[in-house]
Amino acid sequence: MSIALQVTDLSKTFPVGKKLFGGAKGAVKAVHPITLSVNTGETLGIVGESGCGKSTLARMLVGLIPATTGQIEIEGAALNTADPADFGKRIQYVFQDPISSLNPRKTIRQIMDAPLKLLHKMDRPAREKRILEIFDSVNLRADFLDRYPHEFSGGQAQRIGIARALAAQARILILDEPVSALDVSVQAQVLNLLADLKHEFGLTYLFISHDLAVVEAVSDRIAVLYFGSVVEEGRAEEIFANPRHPYTKLLAESAPVVGRALGDPEQGQAELPNPLNPPPGCAFANRCPYASGQCRKTVPVLEQIGPDQRVACYHPLPSA
Amino acid sequence: MSAFFKLLARNRMALGGLVVMGLVVVLALITPLLPLIDPDVTNTADRFQPPFSPGHLLGTDQLGRDLLSRLLWGTRLSLAVGFAAALFAAVAGAAVGIIAGFYGGRTDNVIMRGVDMLMAFPYILLALAIVAALGPGLVNALIAVSVVNIPFFARNIRGITVGLAHKEFVDAAKLAGMSNRRIILSEILPNVIPVIVIAMSTTIGWMILETAGLSFLGLGSQPPQADLGSMLGEARSALITNPHTSVIPGIMILIIVMSINLLGDGVRDALDPRLKSGALSRPMAATRVDRKDKPAARTQTEGLLSLENLHTQFHVKNRVYKAVSGVSLSVKPGECLGVIGESGSGKSVTALSIMGLVASPPGVITGGAARLEGRDMIGAPYPELRSLRGRRVAYIFQDPLATLHPLYKVGDQLIEAISCHRAISKSDGRAKAIDLLRSVRIPNAEERIDSYPHEMSGGMRQRVGIAMALANDPDVIIADEPTTALDVTVQAQILSLLNDLRRERGLAIIFITHDFGVVAQLCDRVAVMYAGRIVETGPTMAVLDAPAHPYTARLIACVPELGAGKRKLEAIPGLPPSVDELPMGCAFAPRCLRAQEACQQGEIALAGEDTRAVRCLFPETTLAEETA
Repeated sequence: MSIALQVTDLSKTFPVGKKLFGGAKGAVKAVHPITLSVNTGETLGIVGESGCGKSTLARMLVGLIPATTGQIEIEGAALNTADPADFGKRIQYVFQDPISSLNPRKTIRQIMDAPLKLLHKMDRPAREKRILEIFDSVNLRADFLDRYPHEFSGGQAQRIGIARALAAQARILILDEPVSALDVSVQAQVLNLLADLKHEFGLTYLFISHDLAVVEAVSDRIAVLYFGSVVEEGRAEEIFANPRHPYTKLLAESAPVVGRALGDPEQGQAELPNPLNPPPGCAFANRCPYASGQCRKTVPVLEQIGPDQRVACYHPLPSA
Repeated sequence: MSAFFKLLARNRMALGGLVVMGLVVVLALITPLLPLIDPDVTNTADRFQPPFSPGHLLGTDQLGRDLLSRLLWGTRLSLAVGFAAALFAAVAGAAVGIIAGFYGGRTDNVIMRGVDMLMAFPYILLALAIVAALGPGLVNALIAVSVVNIPFFARNIRGITVGLAHKEFVDAAKLAGMSNRRIILSEILPNVIPVIVIAMSTTIGWMILETAGLSFLGLGSQPPQADLGSMLGEARSALITNPHTSVIPGIMILIIVMSINLLGDGVRDALDPRLKSGALSRPMAATRVDRKDKPAARTQTEGLLSLENLHTQFHVKNRVYKAVSGVSLSVKPGECLGVIGESGSGKSVTALSIMGLVASPPGVITGGAARLEGRDMIGAPYPELRSLRGRRVAYIFQDPLATLHPLYKVGDQLIEAISCHRAISKSDGRAKAIDLLRSVRIPNAEERIDSYPHEMSGGMRQRVGIAMALANDPDVIIADEPTTALDVTVQAQILSLLNDLRRERGLAIIFITHDFGVVAQLCDRVAVMYAGRIVETGPTMAVLDAPAHPYTARLIACVPELGAGKRKLEAIPGLPPSVDELPMGCAFAPRCLRAQEACQQGEIALAGEDTRAVRCLFPETTLAEETA
């Protein structure tokens, strides 16, 4: 199996309190060095709660923010991280908020035209033909093309967003919470459409979400992010059923599931560490029932623990 | 565009301004075609002729020049200079503002500090300095007036651009291969043009006045060329003896500036999206009530809070949105009722109608009753409603960051919530507030009470929201998606907190959500809403295990459940109907696989036992197997 996307030691540090002249006062490590690979045709799910760095990671992967360290390789070739247009042809992005990702003052045709014209230098008839083909595959009618974004419901607008990403003909799509702004009945329509498109065009997905059940339903493998680091990575059907990292276990137990009694698995507060002053050891240590002295001193690294499972923990839970 | 003119025409003052301004502009345009005497020909023998003298309709000035001709030519010049200055200032200001706002960071800092410096000089002094440096003359006056007005445009446009530059569509344009220049021209500019037009329409009057001012001082148009300012300036010495020479250009300036300002305000009101949506029209203190059949003010009811056939509509222009059409439900003390539905199903409007919190206009309660211990609260006098709000019936909203005031400490907001309903001393209030924060399990309540909302995490803020709802020991809590904005680990904590509180205090909770998992864990009974109606209701487990309405069944099937692995999800094709064009009969019929002709022919009643009921002619008997 070939590797579609390889990320090596990718990290992002944001300066804080920048002055007009001179340097910044402090720094926030939004993403600690992450190494990940996604196989061709695979869906890698990324889950994490707000503030875990999943959106920063996604935006680095498409070049919307430059990475502080590390490199991104697509199908074996490194990307020029300074040029979003270079990214555009090889990796595309589907946004969380379908309406605000469409310019309110442009028709859908103008929106669809841009990637075809600028990335692929197509002439007008070729563009017209291609737009109709794409619209057909995302189940949108051609008469939508001359309308403006505000005339569409969230589900339709998200299909347009997906159509735009397809127009760039990238083989890898970063889906950043693509259904979290949608109602459940529409959410299922969009998720199924994504599955069909993947099959039809041989796409590779990186699917980012905070909704464990959605991620599990669409992914082959899942990486769990906490405080800017991958804490566990494994096969989708395994990771929540048989979590090895205490945080993954907490996540799985917190998700509301029909038929499970209500309980607060943490019995108390759950707050992220201060990003301006991160703890020296494992970021989860102060919420973790298994934390030891070692956890509070040094950061555990991601290690292979099973054939398809990696975990960053000194005291991984026993496998069931 | 035609909508814009309709809005503009509705504003009588603006319409008047438009008509007057139109006349002035037409006169200025056709001036060269009119049979006028040359405005610069002097005839000292005929000086200071009064108005209506033969050959000179408006009389003559101190050099015997025809005032009508000078007035029209002068108006033409003043208008041209004013428009040109406004245009120049708008273009230059917008360019500076867009560049600063789009690139941000250091570019922004340097440019905007420069603009600030420009603004630090007194307005007219700066204009005078520029003219002094460049020398007097109309073109230089124009430049001076433009430059002085650039900061106003630059600051306005920069603010808008900063907001736009972080919008997702700009990111999308980058990924579509657009260069920054192209993004500015094709993505940002079309979105700021309305703002530029608004800013221009409100400042153009000022610019005409300012150029007239410079000309009045002799720094603008040079003799013998007439503009309104120089006409005034030259007539100044004869103000007492021959007032008409200054009154005539003065009136013209008044007419122009008044009509432009009226028109400008109208343009702003018609173009500004915030004004268009009615955000600045203040809603009434309680929702308007307009019920055809007035229900009995007091009856015996089973539940603590019960709704009877509630109808709430939104009247927008000539459309009627039936957000809630005939909802009945009730809760007993210690009970939790879940109201579940998708966006637009009317679940939030139902909740807000209970205490008259739906914004009016456009909201109207058109029928039904909301009874607290049997007493109807809809249409209750405002003081009574106000004393009930928060004291007997309290709300918890979705976004605690939006419901807490950002400038006050959470403790002060809690104390205010208490002191609204009873007199309490400051120290007692503080002690009670600390107690409340403890009761919602906020650690270090004594310290947290002095925090501002932005210093707390989302979960902590929602706890404060719950504490505020509990402040006056209410009987009923209406929670509108209180955990939707929260992370799952925090959601679990908030849900378990709410559950404990209702058991300890015997609270009745109406819990509005779109999440079946949450309903299953917290609620005793559930009502499923679709297009403003309850389509199914019953004990939570009975509804979830054996949904009777096809919509409920298929909605449950849509929701991915943790632990089921990778799979294809069930989807409901189509969209919910728009509530201003509801179909006859069952609103779900067009999307329903079981629908038959009878479904769309008449009203379908909610039928069943008192705890378990369904609004369907062909209900599912078993769990849906045939869903596609």
